Amino acid sequence: MSFAAKSRPTEPGAYNQPAPRGRSTRVRRQRVRAAWLFLTPMLIVLALVAGWPLLRTFWFSVTDATLNSMEGANFIGFENYLIHDAGGWYGLLADPEWWNAVWNTLYFTGVSVGLESVLGIIVALVLNAEFRGRTLVRAAILIPWAIPTIVSAKIWAWMLNDQFGILNHLFMTLGLIDAPLAWTADASLSMWAVIMVDVWKATPFVALLVLAALQMLPSDCYEAAKVDGISPLKVFFRVTLPLIMPALLVAIIFRALDALRVFDVIYVLTSNSSSTMTMSVYARQQLVEFQDVGYGSAASTLLFLIIALVSIAYLYLGRRQLGGDT
Amino acid sequence: MSIRLLKAVLMKIGFWALVALLVCYAVFPFYYAVITSLKPSSALFQIDYWINHVDLSNYAAVLSQSSFVQSIWNSILVAFCVVGISLTLGLTAAYALGRVRFRGRGAVLMIVLGVSMFPQVAVLSGLFEVIRTLNLYNTPWGLVLSYTIFTLPFTVWILTTFMRQLPGELEEAAIMDGATPWVTLVHVFMPLMWPAMATTGLLAFIAAWNEFLFALTFTLTDSQRTVPVGIALISGGSQYELPWGMIMAASVIVTVPLVVLVIIFQRRIVSGLTAGAVKG
Amino acid sequence: MAKLVLDKVNKRFGNAHIIRDVSLEIENGEFVVFVGPSGCGKSTLLRLIAGLESISGGELNIAGRRVNELAPRERGVGMVFQSYALYPHMTVYENIAFGLKLAKADKHSVRERVEQTARILQLETLLDRKPKALSGGQRQRVAMGRAMAREPDILLFDEPLSNLDASLRVQMRNEIARLHDRLGSTVVYVTHDQIEAMTLADKIVVLNGGIVEQVGSPRELYEHPRSRFVAGFIGSPRMNFLPVTLTAPDRHDSVVSSPHLGKLTLPIDTQGLEAGLPLTLGIRPEHIVLDDGAETTHQLPVANMEFLGNEAYVYLEVAGAEELLVCRTEATTPWRSGQSVTARIITASAHLFNADGHALQRQVRDQAAA
Repeated sequence: MSFAAKSRPTEPGAYNQPAPRGRSTRVRRQRVRAAWLFLTPMLIVLALVAGWPLLRTFWFSVTDATLNSMEGANFIGFENYLIHDAGGWYGLLADPEWWNAVWNTLYFTGVSVGLESVLGIIVALVLNAEFRGRTLVRAAILIPWAIPTIVSAKIWAWMLNDQFGILNHLFMTLGLIDAPLAWTADASLSMWAVIMVDVWKATPFVALLVLAALQMLPSDCYEAAKVDGISPLKVFFRVTLPLIMPALLVAIIFRALDALRVFDVIYVLTSNSSSTMTMSVYARQQLVEFQDVGYGSAASTLLFLIIALVSIAYLYLGRRQLGGDT
Repeated sequence: MSIRLLKAVLMKIGFWALVALLVCYAVFPFYYAVITSLKPSSALFQIDYWINHVDLSNYAAVLSQSSFVQSIWNSILVAFCVVGISLTLGLTAAYALGRVRFRGRGAVLMIVLGVSMFPQVAVLSGLFEVIRTLNLYNTPWGLVLSYTIFTLPFTVWILTTFMRQLPGELEEAAIMDGATPWVTLVHVFMPLMWPAMATTGLLAFIAAWNEFLFALTFTLTDSQRTVPVGIALISGGSQYELPWGMIMAASVIVTVPLVVLVIIFQRRIVSGLTAGAVKG
Repeated sequence: MAKLVLDKVNKRFGNAHIIRDVSLEIENGEFVVFVGPSGCGKSTLLRLIAGLESISGGELNIAGRRVNELAPRERGVGMVFQSYALYPHMTVYENIAFGLKLAKADKHSVRERVEQTARILQLETLLDRKPKALSGGQRQRVAMGRAMAREPDILLFDEPLSNLDASLRVQMRNEIARLHDRLGSTVVYVTHDQIEAMTLADKIVVLNGGIVEQVGSPRELYEHPRSRFVAGFIGSPRMNFLPVTLTAPDRHDSVVSSPHLGKLTLPIDTQGLEAGLPLTLGIRPEHIVLDDGAETTHQLPVANMEFLGNEAYVYLEVAGAEELLVCRTEATTPWRSGQSVTARIITASAHLFNADGHALQRQVRDQAAA
């Protein structure tokens, strides 16, 4: 192993192992002790709001807990998940409503994240061009991101209103539709309404990440392409896209994780309608409205497992970055 | 006019049309909320693309509801406390994770990143129990505590990224001057971390201000609610007679501070978002 | 009384052995320079002394006290960093006062110390400025002021001039030398620049691969390098190395021969070595005299000539050698490339190295005294 003369202990990767015990200076020991001391408050809070509640959710999912008797819950094994009783299968895994929620969630995630990626790239490409007022445009693009989800859901609900909504009015003026559409109430349209709102709100996030990647691209390969007379479209697919792929993937994964747990936009826009019900909405309905903590926790647990799988896949891919260097 | 010039002009027109379209797409819904909120109820159901009325009666109506005003105060209280706690805990944690090499650092980073991916609903029942046990149900403090589940991970993450970028010799100079880690953090690093802390604070503020699920679940009475829940629960006589004017006025009231923040601090927000994601 | 003693100090990073059994004694008031190529461990050694790295083996004593486990503050050392590492948000005054304040000195004595330090370094008028409003040289002085403020027994410098441009570097080099003369403090100074080492040091420590190659005064190192490495590292242009064969081993007058230079009789002890042994002849550029004399059998072609104003370097092509033979001549030298010359070696100043790179004992001790 080679070493740099100027290796500093604070530089990640400067050396592989901490100094052997006992021989380390007082400073080093003090620093490591301080590090743990500094981490403790954060770790306690995370344990309190994340670790312990998660374990409780796991436990509730194998009990018959209800909202009023959470402490006195009895262990019932995996009955919340699946049970064969009286000649039929019951439980979460046999509940068509649950599978509907799973399908809705996946559909919502796939479509909205896909649209956000495409739109995000377009917005980023526009923002990457030099033009007067670019800062202002960038600020304008950020507005949807900053608006509270509830507010954007309400605004869109108003714009999508079947009788007085501006969108129906606009579409009819343009001759795109003949009669007003019941965007949020019509089962065949409501999912698209939800996706529309989510795309509007989340595209800026994707666009900003892609923009950051675009601005780090080396300009020389573009000049080379220009000199060679390659068409811009070809340059985009052959040069730009592969280079921004890592950033785009990060954005997609962040968005996908958000979309998989989507709750508020759907809750406000279409309430508990089964045509848009996602896993989170389903779980919360079981937990809070039906007060069936056991069953709802089982749904939460499954949602957690799905997201954990996606996260682990991501962490595994991004593990090298986690090693220390940024 | 040569073809080439024509092409260039057309390209330019097309580009600006695209920019205009994007800006419209991004801004129009909010703009439309503003228009609606300024309409008297008599004009509510006619479609307007421009501001034809300036009528503040919707705002008066919303602000005369004491529960709505109270929910604004609750939101402010919750958001500021969440920002304060996240920054304090995040800064100390970021020092440990960003500047000290120790066994288990990777694991802690992994935990932090893992928690940031938790679906909120997965901890809902357990957190409900914790909050009830701590006697914080239906109080803003319950929300402050629960919001740290999503603000703390990214605060730690972004601050760690920034902390790592500070020069190592600076810390060694402090060590040579006899500074303990705490003194180094407070007197040397913190003054240099203000930009990063402002960025993270803004992101945490926005996240806390916008949160809905916990606020809906962990509060019960009007007087304890935050703004998003307050708006979601504004209702009229029946489900089909929502007071849209009031809802839009309320929406504008809670959104304007955020829009102003975004326009002023857009550079910081962008750097924070990308530091949290790209570099993570 | 501030005597710094290193006794078989070792440092390992994981499997890498960075510092191997380094033993040194540094006297009170001495200006010691660690020099070596990058990666030789000189900075690590300095950081071990500072207490910024932990010592893996051996003992470090300051003023008779074992300090291996002590924090930097407790060791009584001050350090000037390569990047200066001034606290950017503090004024010059606060930068210098920071360590004093942490040592819980009372306000009055802090002010007194800072002002005294500022006076020594001519920083009085800059005390209210922030580092970013200072020039490179001023920042350098503030960094020194901060290191000196708590009156450490030993001042440590980690390549402090490498961030400055060439002319400022010479000026700061002078200032550091004068400061040391005035204050008489013990200084350990790390640099990769051998000219800095030669001009500043009372004692130079040449490091290579984590091992001390040689310790000595600049003159000792220049005139009596103990190894080929030291011989090649100290001096600019660097020493010429030529392969020779030992033809007649002797205590005082060893004869070596080279196809390019002919037979040379050198005042070097080769007693006990076998005739026919391949050795390396080391000769400094100023110890070669060029002429077009009568002897024509060992002529070398001039490959290039560099004119420096006060002197000139003539490069000779040596068949079979990797590098050109450098000769330092007067600026008025008549030689031009393409010509052929005879290179005469001043044998009294020649060096011989064996295959391991160790220098063979030269017999001209008196020259050091002259």
